[in-house]
Formats: sequence, C-alpha cells, structure tokens
Amino acid sequence: MHELAITQSILDIAENAAREHGVKKVREVRIKIGDYSGVVPQCIQYYFDLISKGTVAEGAKLKMEKLPILMRCEECGWQGEVDKHHIECPACGGIRLRLLQGREFYVESLEVD
Amino acid sequence: MEIKVMHQVMEWNEDVSDAVKEELSRHNVCLINVLGSPGAGKTSTIVSLIDRLRERYRIGVIEGDIAGQIDADKIHALGLPVVQLDTDGACHIEAMSIQHILTEFELDKLDVLFVENIGNLVCPAEFNIGESFRLALLSIPEGDDKVEKYPLIFATSDALAMNKYDLKEYFGFDDQRVERNAKAANPDIQVFRVSSRDGMGLDELTAWVSKRIDETIAK
Repeated sequence: MHELAITQSILDIAENAAREHGVKKVREVRIKIGDYSGVVPQCIQYYFDLISKGTVAEGAKLKMEKLPILMRCEECGWQGEVDKHHIECPACGGIRLRLLQGREFYVESLEVD
Repeated sequence: MEIKVMHQVMEWNEDVSDAVKEELSRHNVCLINVLGSPGAGKTSTIVSLIDRLRERYRIGVIEGDIAGQIDADKIHALGLPVVQLDTDGACHIEAMSIQHILTEFELDKLDVLFVENIGNLVCPAEFNIGESFRLALLSIPEGDDKVEKYPLIFATSDALAMNKYDLKEYFGFDDQRVERNAKAANPDIQVFRVSSRDGMGLDELTAWVSKRIDETIAK
C-alpha cells in the first residue's frame, strides 16, 4: 500500500514542471518504470485521479511504460532480456549476471496544453 | 506540446535516505536494515546478533511494527536503547520515519543501529532508509521458491540468512536452489545458513556483520 506516497510524488513532479513552464493543463504524464518494481500501475492511476482534483493535472492520463529487465552474462557475454522470476543466462545457463536495466522509475515527460 | 521532465519518482525518499546516511556518518553509526517475512525470525536473529556483538559495540534498535510492542519489549529486556516505530498499518518503513526517530537516540553513544523492518518481502525492498547495509532473512518453512517470487528484496540485500535451518529436512527445503537464485539476482550477496534456536551458523553471520560494521565506522 505504498502507491499513495509514490502517486503524490508523481503529482508533485508534474505540478512543478507545469509551473516552471507556465502550463495551463497537463494531459498526460509519461512514466518509465523498470520491471523490477512491484508498483501497481492501476493503483497509481486510481490515486492520481483522486489527489489531482483541482490541480493543473486533474484528469491527466498516466502512461506507464515498463522497461524490461536487461542483463549481461559475465560468463559468456550474452546480453538481453531476463524474466525476473527465472534469472539465468538463456545462452549458457550461467548465473553471474549484471543488471543493465530494470530498476528505473522516473517521469520522462508531460503532454501539456 | 511535450515537456521533457526526467525526474526520479523516488527522489523524495532517496534525498532523505542520503540525509540520514550523512547524519549517521557524522556520528559514526552503522545502520543495519533487517528485512524478511513475518515469522522469518527477524527479532530472534537481531537478539542473537546483539548477544554476540554487544561486547564490542554500543547498540540500539528501531523496531518497525505494524502494531503492538511485543518485539520492542523483547529488545528492551536486553537493556539496550530501543524505539518502537509504529507505522500504523503501513507496509514498509520510509527514510523520513527513520530521520524523525533518530532524534530519540543519543547517536554519539552508539556504534550500531539495527532497524527491524516491517514483515513483508515486497514493499520494504523499494525504500532505502539510510542503511549501511541490508540483511535479508528467509526461514525454511516459507519455502525454497521465495527468491524467485520476490527477487527485488534479494537483489538489493547485501546478505541473505536462511534461518531455522535446523528444520531443513522436515520441509524438504532445497537450500542450493535458494543460494543459486539469490546469486543470480545479486552476484555480490553473501549467503548464510543459521538457526537462532541452536545457534548454528551465527558465528559466521556475526563475523560478516562485524566486518561490515568495522568498514562503516572505521573503528
């Protein structure tokens, strides 16, 4: 149940950016989120609709794009997408893997009027 | 029209976590974030570690608990400073809560601060709390598939202790599976097999914890 605090942060970021750019209306908030995160996107949109009432971002859609987990195998050099519930190198079966992507969580951009 | 933002969503917690880290470093205190399910043995393991470390270090404890004071009472019985962090139903501890509660300790009289996080394998993994390192516990009765199901908590922990190891045979628990998956999620993780009940493996765990404390506070 930590989605509310996270949603508040997203709203703060959107409001601040809108203020800086003198924006009247935020239509869409584009978010990138690594697949390692346990955050529930539907939950975030639900909270956002509630707490954004009366703000410049009221009614904005949150577009959350998942970034797959990418790893590099230190055994054989393979690089690519890995299932977080089954982490091993699909090429050689090795487990000495380094994370390249999957822990991101940021507001990338806003679509505004 | 599109506006580029590129702003980290978790920054509100990360900034406070960094501030906590700085304050602890000023007072030369090592904060250990202890994570695991309800019933994994977080309190018992902390008590066992305290027994073995208290001759060398001045120790305090922050007990995160959804409600009640059972764990805090157990620690209090050891005669150490302990503060209960009543998160009132929350699923995790945030850096802000730690920052507030630090004022209740005399930090110059401490070397080590254990934080017993909320019993949960999901949410606490997402929140840094200014810790020097993370110790994750997984007890045998929880099953040997938990690293695969909840990889983030193990990917972000510095050590994993399989607790209640004396029960391994009763549960047909495959410790190799756990170790392999933990190392796949996190090549740097240290893996221990312990039992707070009969003391198995606790000396090894204590030695590792002690080494990490020394590296942090340069004692």
